[in-house]
Amino acid sequence: MNESTADIFNLTLIASTLRLATPLILAALGGLYAERSGVINIALEGMMLAGAFTAATMTALTGNPWVGLLAAILSGMLVGLIHAAATVTWRADQVVSGTAINLLFLGVPALLSGALFGSTGATPQLTRDQVLPDLTIFNPANSPTLASIFNQKPLVYLAFILVALTGYVLARTRFGLRIRAVGENPEAADTAGIVVGRIRYAAVLISGALAALGGAYLSIGQNSLFTRNMTAGRGFIALAALIFGKWNPTGTLLACLFFGLAEAVSIRMQGTVSIPNQFIQMIPYLLTMVVLAGFIRRSAPPRALGVAYIKE
Amino acid sequence: MGKLLTGRRLTGELTYPLLAVMAAFLIGGVVVLLIGENPLTVYWLLLTSAFGLYDALGNFTWDNWGYTLFYATPLIFTGLAVALAFQCGLLNIGAEGQLYVAAFAAAWVGFTLTGLPGVVLTVLAILAAMLAGGLWGALPGWLKARFGAHEVINTIMLNFVAIGLVSYLTQNYFKVPSDPIMQTGLIAEKAALPRLAVLLAPLGIDFPGRIPLNFTFILALLAAFLVWFFLRRTSWGYELRAAGANPAAAEYAGISVRRQIILAMAISGALAGLVGVNEVLGYRYRYYHDFSPGYGFAGIAVALLGRNHPFGVVLAALLFGALNRGGLFVDIFTDRVSKDLVQVLQAIIILFVAIEIFFRRGVVTLRQLLPGRTTAPPELEGPGRTTS
Repeated sequence: MNESTADIFNLTLIASTLRLATPLILAALGGLYAERSGVINIALEGMMLAGAFTAATMTALTGNPWVGLLAAILSGMLVGLIHAAATVTWRADQVVSGTAINLLFLGVPALLSGALFGSTGATPQLTRDQVLPDLTIFNPANSPTLASIFNQKPLVYLAFILVALTGYVLARTRFGLRIRAVGENPEAADTAGIVVGRIRYAAVLISGALAALGGAYLSIGQNSLFTRNMTAGRGFIALAALIFGKWNPTGTLLACLFFGLAEAVSIRMQGTVSIPNQFIQMIPYLLTMVVLAGFIRRSAPPRALGVAYIKE
Repeated sequence: MGKLLTGRRLTGELTYPLLAVMAAFLIGGVVVLLIGENPLTVYWLLLTSAFGLYDALGNFTWDNWGYTLFYATPLIFTGLAVALAFQCGLLNIGAEGQLYVAAFAAAWVGFTLTGLPGVVLTVLAILAAMLAGGLWGALPGWLKARFGAHEVINTIMLNFVAIGLVSYLTQNYFKVPSDPIMQTGLIAEKAALPRLAVLLAPLGIDFPGRIPLNFTFILALLAAFLVWFFLRRTSWGYELRAAGANPAAAEYAGISVRRQIILAMAISGALAGLVGVNEVLGYRYRYYHDFSPGYGFAGIAVALLGRNHPFGVVLAALLFGALNRGGLFVDIFTDRVSKDLVQVLQAIIILFVAIEIFFRRGVVTLRQLLPGRTTAPPELEGPGRTTS
């Protein structure tokens, strides 16, 4: 027992936690922009799938992962545009629009991958030099395990930078203030001369771009191809992290790291310890329900979340 | 609401769903064209393989209708589930989880209480499915009523919990050890519901026994009628709708909105749970893990397209069932288009139904362009969803 516990909890666990938390952090940050502006985004899963598929496809076609990454960002913004047009311009129910987008991107990748590559299940396997390279930022010679923590895909570092940047943007910039204003009290924001719809469009487009980055990390970072439904609910875990983190960047980061840790532990425990894998995988979902109900500490959404703004 | 839909009102109810479906097919057609196939060929294939009464050799066949109705059956239940919750102002995204626990419960009764007589066992299995689904639905209802926790988030989370839970139970306690597939053992044969072939044989109709369409389809139609009757003809249904349409006014009139929320989610979950009856008692005769290709989510589309009316739900489920049936043929008989086209079409239909206002504006513009007519823009109607 002690030996297996030591096998599970060691320094490499930190490295795999960072790797597994990265797509969650990127997607949850995406969710944060949309929801702080008042637009519910349960489409994170679909946006991630769009990004993952586009990244793998464009990388397979061009051989260059950076082209794939850029295309993924654009694809995410395009999906964001669909969500924003539906919910802001045409005042569709935000949850329904999100559900439709999630269903859409279960189908679209398979349909296109079937037409492009003759396989609806997966895009072509990328070679080692076609996926995103590892980036070493710290390399202590005497500790290879410590070095493994600081030898990651660029998107891992980017995720942390983006958390700090998002915190700064929301708290200190005019754009951030406007996002919060239209998310809390759109009428007042409108009176103050802010075009509510425009801010919400911008926030949802950023949301799509970030979630798509999270998806791209899965297909051309952690793996080397896109497979059907490869996000496997990560968009919803990101949503859970956003709620668990009370819709603020630091809290969301901590929640993502915690859920990443849970996933890392569950992968390592397969077949070793007697806690069933299924229960460890349930942790993010159960915690979110507990937090929403206010059992641990209440988490309250932005006040205008889910309400379409109709200009008087 | 009047006794029957008047002609004018019916036209109004059908216009926007039909526009949404047509718009979705138009976009789907463009996608098919870009992929490099002829959209007309693909759509003709969809239509004939879903509703055709004659096969390629010109012989009469029940296959197309039989399978279309079989695929429509679970969607009627999930569509009704979503529609009923919506009438109380709730969005139940948890039908997927509810139908999983329900299917497992039905199977458990079917392979455990095997000493009981056939009819009793069948009825108990159906009740177990409804109870399990109902409880799984009532939980987020209670969380909303008691703590104000948003049902959308909780039902999403409970989907994952449900699938994890039944996966755990199947894997560790109910799987046949030598079986490589994640499924339980078979239920008692006497618990199974009869296929339509058996039911139609006494009427002299030669319906092929290989088509899995079964008694559950009749249950689905009955459920649609009962939901309509409950919502429109009973005071309980009236209270439920009142709580959805205007919670403050309902509360003032002495209706406990909290109770209605829990009740609506429980009934909704029980309806979703009946999918498990079709799957376990009517089709596979065991719990097979991962059996649902997203019936719960398709139910949202079906409910919206059916305008949250029980009879509309049946029609919408028929359309989606037809798409699922036809999709298989598109997959086989075209080179480049896969059955995923159907998933894409369904998603686009939901988007277009959700942006009804887009079409309303279009219709208003059209009317204004017609000479000698000025029409005020039609008001948006239907219960608004409550947001926490």
